[in-house]
Amino acid sequence: MNIIVCIKQVPDTAEVRINPETGTLIREGVPSIINPYDMHALEAGLQIREKAGGQVTVLTMGPPQAESALRDAVSMGVDNTVLLTDKAFAGSDTWATSYTLSKAIEKIGADIIVCGKQAIDGDTAQVGPEVAEFLNIPHISYVRKIEDITNNSIRVQRLMDEGYDIVESSLPILLTVVRELNTPRLPSLKGKMAAKKAEIKKWGSLDIQADENNLGLKGSPTRVKNIFAPEARSGRKLFQGTPEEQVDALVDELKGFKCL
Amino acid sequence: MPVVVNLDKCTGCGECLASCPYDAIEIKEGKAFVNEYCQICMTCLNTCPEGAIEEIEETLARPHPSPVTDFKGIWIFAEQRGGKIASVSYELLGAGRKLADELNTDLSAVLFGSSENMAAELVRWGADKVYFCNDSIFENFNDEPYAQLLTSLINKYKPEIVLAGATPIGRSFIPRVAARLGAGLTADCTSLSIDQETRNLLQVRPAFGGNIMATILCPHHRPQMATVRPRVMKKGEYRENQKGAIIHIKADNIFSRTKVIDTIKEASEIAVNLQEVEVIIAGGRGLGNAKGFELLKELAELLGGAIGASRAAVDEGWVPYSHQVGQTGKTVCPKLYIACGISGAVQHLVGMQSSDIIIAINKNPDAPIFNVATYGIVGDLYEIIPLLIRKIEEARGSGEGETRRIGETEKHKTC
Repeated sequence: MNIIVCIKQVPDTAEVRINPETGTLIREGVPSIINPYDMHALEAGLQIREKAGGQVTVLTMGPPQAESALRDAVSMGVDNTVLLTDKAFAGSDTWATSYTLSKAIEKIGADIIVCGKQAIDGDTAQVGPEVAEFLNIPHISYVRKIEDITNNSIRVQRLMDEGYDIVESSLPILLTVVRELNTPRLPSLKGKMAAKKAEIKKWGSLDIQADENNLGLKGSPTRVKNIFAPEARSGRKLFQGTPEEQVDALVDELKGFKCL
Repeated sequence: MPVVVNLDKCTGCGECLASCPYDAIEIKEGKAFVNEYCQICMTCLNTCPEGAIEEIEETLARPHPSPVTDFKGIWIFAEQRGGKIASVSYELLGAGRKLADELNTDLSAVLFGSSENMAAELVRWGADKVYFCNDSIFENFNDEPYAQLLTSLINKYKPEIVLAGATPIGRSFIPRVAARLGAGLTADCTSLSIDQETRNLLQVRPAFGGNIMATILCPHHRPQMATVRPRVMKKGEYRENQKGAIIHIKADNIFSRTKVIDTIKEASEIAVNLQEVEVIIAGGRGLGNAKGFELLKELAELLGGAIGASRAAVDEGWVPYSHQVGQTGKTVCPKLYIACGISGAVQHLVGMQSSDIIIAINKNPDAPIFNVATYGIVGDLYEIIPLLIRKIEEARGSGEGETRRIGETEKHKTC
């Protein structure tokens, strides 16, 4: 079985802070990591390989430094890696990113493609489903459990608002996965050695026979117009005194709001 | 690159370097320089004290088969679950009506599955037209049939704006539609407005884990598509006698390679549909154990609320994931949110900070949760909450009918 896992290198948004005066991001000291959801996608890809056999190829698109994310994936035990990197890809929105990834996936060939639910820098959750549409294959979002997989079919649990659905599909398929699915493994010593030596394939727009009209900023229908800091909340009140006094003061305030 | 440094203005002070999430600005020969790592996210634009970072107007655009002016009208996708219309659909009608009025155009709803009665209900909530298909293929949610029919309807009728709920359903199949149409799609919008001059939709959404807001537009392609977070927009006006057209659509050539075998509702003692309730009592790592939630449930029952949780509490296995609030869980905005033993990591805050009243109870006075709290109590929640329960009961005893006012107000709730 040919398994492709799509990952993204992202700034760890948990570490990102805002400069309250200028309303801008403070990036200093914020590490680049593999998008946390994609770690679960990697684990899923490896588990599918363990069950059904085959190869796991990890695919990412990004600047040259994204190579380190691919090396981290090798240390977890994946077989192949591809880095899509080209100046022509810069400024891609989800549409152009999905187009580019789908061209690379066509070249590699896949029975099953696994993506994280969303990336923590953009939080759009759009790239997975869009890639599936470009490839003209079905997808299932928010997969929390893979119940069964054969050479031509799969049955999974899909997370919904008030519970979950059990969904079956033919292969090939694209899955986007949530954290509940699994616990990502730690890199092995052997994996770490392999990561150092691994040859990372680098492909540009010519390697994937992409239509340049569909790439990067030119291929992207959306534009970022501006960026601003979210409004801060004002008028907070910290109560003083003994627990009982504080609770009394709180209940008093809430009476004013007719909350009780 | 559409972001460049005006070298005449740049003093090489380096203020901009830290603002870039992608390390794409460097200082070369005493001046700032945007390198090829730039993802054009625009976070650097306001950072330069000299105003030296500038955006270049670029006219590059992928060729589009129909001109922008061919597209007219606002559409909202009305989501149904088990035949019942999801409340986000009415919120979309409220938001869509405003946009339609600004653009002097029609507002239409699209409903797949459910019943004609429900289609008529969408008219009463403000839709001028409802495109309605009740083919049995839409009974359960599968991405492909939803995407196929919506795509073909958009190709036929050419709306300029298409809105859908940022729900598990909307966020899953709408991207397929946008991919097929070559349209721009903006996820999780919290505000929508119109640029009168260009008729462009200005779409505001959080980015970088909610640390910053971005305005997105889609200048050269139509339709402009967006998903909107539930409970962010205001419902439209309900008019009993409102007239509108219901247009019946046939599901020709629609197929699905996925099949829903079963739908399982997760049983929970207290309502978990956090986006619908007025009061949420949420617990975090500070509870220390699963039993802590029993205490929270007591308070929730008293206030007619539901139980929320931080990721830490869910990861510990104290409550199911369906209770999780925050970036990786649900976005909520109840009238009252009581955060108990939640430190307030930014990922949690983005999911609840638009609640009307936030009460934080935490041992640590420096916990970031206090920065978004309306009221803060520093103390041991195992001491505070029982006291709070007692005091509320006492207040009610003397309050003569003042109880349970939440949910009885007629004012529409927006965040």
